Amino acid sequence: MSDSMDFSALRRGLEDPAAGGAMLKRIEELAATIERPVTLMEVCGTHTHSIAAAGLRRLMPSNVRLVSGPGCPVCVTPIGWVDRAMALAAREDVIVTTFGDMMRVPASHGTLEESRAEGADVRICYSTRDALQIARDNPEKKVVFLAVGFETTAPTIAAALEEAERENLPNFLVLAGHKTIPEALEALMDNNDVKLDGLLCPGHVSVIIGSDAYAPVATAGLPCSVVGFAPNDVLAGVAELLAQLANDKPAVSNLYGRVVQPDGNPAARALLDKFFVQTDSDWRGLGIIPRSGLELKVEFAHRNAALLEVDLPVAREPKGCRCGEVLQGTIDPPECPLFGNGCDPEHAVGACMVSSEGTCAAWHRHERLALSSPKS
Amino acid sequence: MCLSIPMKLVEKEDLAGVAEVDGVRREVSLMLLPKPPQLGDWVLVHAGYAISHVDEEQAKETLDLLHQAAKAGALDWGSEK
Ligand code: SF4
Repeated sequence: MSDSMDFSALRRGLEDPAAGGAMLKRIEELAATIERPVTLMEVCGTHTHSIAAAGLRRLMPSNVRLVSGPGCPVCVTPIGWVDRAMALAAREDVIVTTFGDMMRVPASHGTLEESRAEGADVRICYSTRDALQIARDNPEKKVVFLAVGFETTAPTIAAALEEAERENLPNFLVLAGHKTIPEALEALMDNNDVKLDGLLCPGHVSVIIGSDAYAPVATAGLPCSVVGFAPNDVLAGVAELLAQLANDKPAVSNLYGRVVQPDGNPAARALLDKFFVQTDSDWRGLGIIPRSGLELKVEFAHRNAALLEVDLPVAREPKGCRCGEVLQGTIDPPECPLFGNGCDPEHAVGACMVSSEGTCAAWHRHERLALSSPKS
Repeated sequence: MCLSIPMKLVEKEDLAGVAEVDGVRREVSLMLLPKPPQLGDWVLVHAGYAISHVDEEQAKETLDLLHQAAKAGALDWGSEK
């Protein structure tokens, strides 16, 4: 980076560019002492979006690479699961309820949005509480909530299950597809294709699991920093990780102490434990990761939509899509031949281009121009 | 989709509440909070549930950052879940 570096991208994201500038200077100094190439990964769709929009990647010293990991819940949901959601929507006796992000994720054949256009009853909800209301209003139908998301979202599903049990609302079911972050991080550490030097840990997942949840990762040698989502938060996290690397002292530092407690939210976790057990889970791009998913306990089988009978197609990954590598941070989106060339947010081929939190979508929206213009 | 917004609790009855920020009011469930909130408390809201307490100063700081980030397009406020 030269002295004449253009701070305008950063300025758009920071009220106080001086603070951001000082942080960048610190990042440069630390990076210079480390000398070797350093790869830092974030695993939070909001970070992905924030980094791309503020142009932070271009402001990094030449030996510091910021990559996105599997931080977008709909992106890591395997295609077979989406196929099952589509098959449930095809049943006459089912109303599928879902967060909006899921609607345009490609399944083996089509999307939920297309199913809806063809007459399936698929409804977008802001909260599981909306889905409960739909269940109350439609007692003759089974109302299935598509339960994707990490630890931030999973307790809101557990809370809805608790209400349904309490009210004795028999027709509220969930298709559980929850994934847990710490187990995925441990799997990424063992991945030989990408060597990670530090982790920017997700702020709002940590509200639930607590910053202590990353201790095993840090003990295994990987610096961790829990950060918020504003560009300045991210820069502070990068500086912290580089400082840990420079001093060779991997630890968990919590820079989002204004909302994240070391032990997270025990009440929310207790409710999760009441309904769910950890199970091996299939992540798009990463494969099966031991104990990284949540599955309904057998005593709540009457709430488990995965037990409803459906006809499933043979799962078919979109041809040519390299989401799997993008999700592991082994390639950047432009290295996929379809990026902006057959795959864009209007016509997404893979899941990473669908959600605004997907890595391909964030790059397409914010970094494409930067790629074609010379680095400032 | 993990984004959560600080809001102020303006109505409360048992485990149901109404929270407000920027003049927008939303019904929120309070059942996931580790300790019972009081009217006027700031809470972090995710998908219709308050998931933690935040003190007022922290809430304002977080909101400031959110507003800046949203203005800069660094945040998809619209798709907040
Ligand atoms: S650009 Fe499209 S096709 Fe390529 S990896 Fe991303 S989502 Fe898949």
